[in-house]
Amino acid sequence: MKNLKYLLPILFVFTIFTACDPTDEPVIDETENLIKVQEFRNETHIIEVYTESGNFYTGYNNISIRIKDNATQKYLKNIAINWMPTMQMPTMTHSCPKSELTKVNESTTLYNGYTVFQMTGLDASGWSLKFMYTIDGVDYMVQDTIMVLQSTRQNVTTFTGTDSVKYIMALIEPNNPKIAINDMVVGLYKMENMMSFPVVENYTITLDPRMPSMGNHSSPNNTDLTYSMVDSMYHGDLSLTMTGYWKLNLKLLDAQNTVLKGEDIVDGMVEQSSLYLEIEF
Amino acid sequence: MKHILLFIGCFFIGGFLYSQDKNQRKTNDSIRKLDEIVLTGRRKLSNYRQQKTLSSIDEYLEKANKITMIKRGNYAWEPSLNNMTSDRLSVTIDGMQIYGACTDKMDPITSYVDVSNLEKVTVNSGQEGTENTNCIGGGIDLKLPSSKFYDSGLKSSIDLGYETNGNYKSTGLDIEYSANKFYISADGIFRKSDNYTAGGNIEVNYSQFQKYNISVQSGYKINDSNSIEVDLIYDQANDVGYPALPMDVSLAKATIASLAHNYKNDSTTIKAWETKLYFNTITHIMDDSKRPNVPIRMDMPGWSDTYGFYSKVKFNLNKHRLIANLNSHYNRSLAEMTMYPNDPTENTMFMYTWPDVKTFNSGIYLKDEFNITPHQTLSLSTRLALQINRIDNTVGLQSLQIYYPDMQDSKSRFLTSLSSNYSFKKHDYELSFGLGYGERAPSVSEGYGFYLFNSFDKYDYIGNPNLKNEKALEFNFNANRTFKKLNVAIEASYFYISDYIIGEIDPTLIAMTIGANGVRIYKALDNASIFSAFLNTEYKISSSFAINTSIGYNYGKGDSNQNLPLIRPFSYLAELNYMHKSFSSSLQLKGDGNQTNYSANYGEDLTPSYSIMNFNLGNRFEFKDTSIILKMGIENIFDKNYSTYADWNNFPRQGRNFYINLSYLM
Repeated sequence: MKNLKYLLPILFVFTIFTACDPTDEPVIDETENLIKVQEFRNETHIIEVYTESGNFYTGYNNISIRIKDNATQKYLKNIAINWMPTMQMPTMTHSCPKSELTKVNESTTLYNGYTVFQMTGLDASGWSLKFMYTIDGVDYMVQDTIMVLQSTRQNVTTFTGTDSVKYIMALIEPNNPKIAINDMVVGLYKMENMMSFPVVENYTITLDPRMPSMGNHSSPNNTDLTYSMVDSMYHGDLSLTMTGYWKLNLKLLDAQNTVLKGEDIVDGMVEQSSLYLEIEF
Repeated sequence: MKHILLFIGCFFIGGFLYSQDKNQRKTNDSIRKLDEIVLTGRRKLSNYRQQKTLSSIDEYLEKANKITMIKRGNYAWEPSLNNMTSDRLSVTIDGMQIYGACTDKMDPITSYVDVSNLEKVTVNSGQEGTENTNCIGGGIDLKLPSSKFYDSGLKSSIDLGYETNGNYKSTGLDIEYSANKFYISADGIFRKSDNYTAGGNIEVNYSQFQKYNISVQSGYKINDSNSIEVDLIYDQANDVGYPALPMDVSLAKATIASLAHNYKNDSTTIKAWETKLYFNTITHIMDDSKRPNVPIRMDMPGWSDTYGFYSKVKFNLNKHRLIANLNSHYNRSLAEMTMYPNDPTENTMFMYTWPDVKTFNSGIYLKDEFNITPHQTLSLSTRLALQINRIDNTVGLQSLQIYYPDMQDSKSRFLTSLSSNYSFKKHDYELSFGLGYGERAPSVSEGYGFYLFNSFDKYDYIGNPNLKNEKALEFNFNANRTFKKLNVAIEASYFYISDYIIGEIDPTLIAMTIGANGVRIYKALDNASIFSAFLNTEYKISSSFAINTSIGYNYGKGDSNQNLPLIRPFSYLAELNYMHKSFSSSLQLKGDGNQTNYSANYGEDLTPSYSIMNFNLGNRFEFKDTSIILKMGIENIFDKNYSTYADWNNFPRQGRNFYINLSYLM
C-alpha cells in the first residue's frame, strides 16, 4: 500500500504525456493485410501496388495502389487516376476486363480496382500496366511490365457464345471457400474490341458444382447467379460439402433465356459442361 | 416445471393410496427371468452354467430371446432388442452412458467390455429399460461385479480357449485379493482370430480380429455401511475385419473409469444409496488399407468422450419398494472423413461426418414397486429428462446448414417416459400386463450425421436436426404356467411408434459415396408398429434330462403397410439338456424361417430359412484347493452355409466349429 502513493503520480504523468501525442489522427496502417507487388517509379512519383497475395495471377485480381510524392515523401489523397493493362503478343496487343480505380474512402490514401487477366505468358511475362494521373492540371504517366502467374485452377475462362460474341467470365468469390453455402460472385465481360471489355448485364448463369473425383458428387441448395446492379457482378449460392477439387459447371443464358454456352450434366452421359470454373481448397 | 412436479406427485400418491394390505413380500422376478442373463456368480469367466466359458458378450447376449445380434463381421455385433437397434435402445455399462465413436455402428457399446469385466447383463424390455436414459425398445445394462469384500485372500484363475474355425485363440487371467475392508481384483483377456470359414469351407475374407481387455477393480470399506470403489477398464481391438462392409477397423479403444460411493444398510428406510462419477473416452479408426480395390482411399476416425454421474437411492416404505435415480451426462462426438483422390495432384477431400456434437442429458427416474397383496405387484416408473444438443464446430455447423440454412447451433428436448406393470402370481402360474409410453431424442447420426454411407441399402444418410421426438405406446403381456413337469410361457409385446425415425430417399440429391444409390434424409414415418411374441416351453423328462423349446414371431410395419427393415422372421430353438452331478451336455437345434416380410426398400432381400445344430459338453473336476472346468462342443455340426436376416449384406456365418475351453481355478 505504501508503494502506491509513489506509483500513482507516475501513472498520472504518463497519462498526460500519452494524451499530448502530437498526431491527432490515430495512425491506421491502410496496407495491413496487403502485400506490395511492385513499385512503379517516374521522376516525380512512386506508385505502390498491392494485392492480398503479393502477386498477380490469371483471373480476378483485387488491386490497391497509393501514390507517393517524391518531393514531400507524402501519399497523395485526391487525384484522378486511370490505368490500362496490356498484353503484348507476337502479332497483336490486347487488354483485359478491369474496373475504374477509385478511392477506398475519403480519409485514406488507397485507391482500389480490379483486373481480370484472362491468360499469361509461359514465363509469366507479356503483361504491362500503365497508370495515367492528373495533379493540378498536369498529366503524368508511368508504365512497367508485370509478372502474371498462372493460377493452378481455372478461375477465368474465355469463350465464344452461340451469339458469336466473345465473353470473359471470372470467378471473384469465394476467395476462401468453406464447407458451407458460399456466396459466389462472378464477373462477366464482353470483348467489344481488343482494348474494351464492358460488363455484360442481366444475363443468368446456371450453376451445378461437381466433384469429378467423387463420381461427380454434387451438393444441394445451389442457386443460379443473377446480375446485381450494385456491384455489376453476378451473385448466387454455392454449396460445398467438403474440401477438395470442385468443378463448377455453368451455363450462360442471355436476357431471353437463350443458352449461349454450356450444357446440363446428365448422369452417365454428360459429365461436365463446356463452360466451367474450378475451385480447390 | 410446476406441471411436472404435480404430475410426479400424482403418479406416486396414486401408488400409495392403493396400498392397503399390510403383508409384505419380495417381488418375484422369475417372470422376467428371460430378460436377465446371468453371466456368473463370483467367478466370472468360469461360469459353470455357460456352454462356452470364454464366449464373447455378443454370444451371451444372442442367447436371450428378445435379442438378436446384427453382424457386420465376426466382431462387435450390434444388439437388437424387440427388433430395434442402438438408436432406440439404452445400452449402458453399469449405469454409465457410453456413445460409440463410429458413424457406421461398427462399435456398439457391447464391444468395449468383455465377459471378464461383467457380472451379469440386465435386459429390460421397452419403457422398463429407461432407468439410465430414455429409449423406445428397452435397456441393456452390462453390470460390473458388485463389491467383493469376501475376506477370501488371494485367488486366481486362468482360462484358455481354442476354436478350430478361424484358428481362434483366447486367454484370460484373473487375480483377486479380498479382505474384509479392502479388495483389489484385476483381469485381462486376449482374443485373436484369423479369417473364419463359412459352411462348405469357404474362407470369409476380412473376418479376422484381435482384441485385449484389462480391468482393475478395487474397493475400500469405510465402515459397515459405506464403501468406496474404483473401476477401470481398458479395451483395445486392432485389425478388425468387417467382411460385410467396405472398410475395416485398425483401432478401436476405450478407457472406462468410474469412482463410486456405496451406502448399504438393511435396518434403515434407505436400503442402498449408490453415487458414481464416471468418464469414458473412445477412439475408433476406420481403415481401408487392407482392401486391394476401393474406388477411393479414405480415413474415417471418430472420437467420443462422455462424462457423467448418477445417484441412485433404494428405499422401502410400507409395501413400496422405491428407486430414485438422478443422473446426468455430457457427451462429445466427433467424426471426420478424409478421402485421397486418385489424382495425387488434387487436394485431399475432408468433411466432418459428426460435426462435434455435444449432448447434455439430465434426468430423474423414479420407480415404485408396490406389493398389493402377496400375489399381486404393481410397478410404476417414470423418467423425465432434458436433453440439449449443441454443435460447437463452426465448420461442422456450416456444413449442416447447407441442408438446413436456418438451423441453430443448439436444440433442447424434453423427454418423458412412463411405465406400469401389473403382475399376478400363484404357485403354478404367473401373469403380467404392462403399459408404457416413452419418447426418445434422435441419435447423433439421425440428428447430425453428414453423408454417412449405409452399405446395406447403399445410400448416403444425412441427419435432420428438425426431427421430432420419436414416441412409443407399448403393451406387453407375459404368462407362465407350470403343469407338473411342463412349463409353458408366453411373452408378447406391441409397440405403436409415432414419428418413427427412418431415412427417406430424396431423389433430388446426389450421393457423395462413389457407387451409392443416392441420398436419404432422416425423416419420420407417421407411425410404425412392431410386435413380437415368444412361446417358450420346458419339459423335464427326468431329473437329468430336460427339453427346452422356443418359438418366436415378429412383425414390423410402417404407416403405409410397408415392411420395416431388420425385423426377425419366424424363429425356433429346441434344446435337449442333460445334467448329472458336475457333468452337463446339450444338443441344440435352431433356425429361422424364410424372411418373407423383408424390406427391399432398405436393401433387404428374401433371406432363405436355415437351421443348424450345435452340441456341447462340459465337466467340472474338483481337487483339494483347485478345480478345472472343461467345456467343449461343435457348432454348426453339418457345416451349413447360411446367413440370417441380421447379417449385413447377407455375408455367411461360420461353418462347422470345434471349440474347447479350459479353466483352472486356484
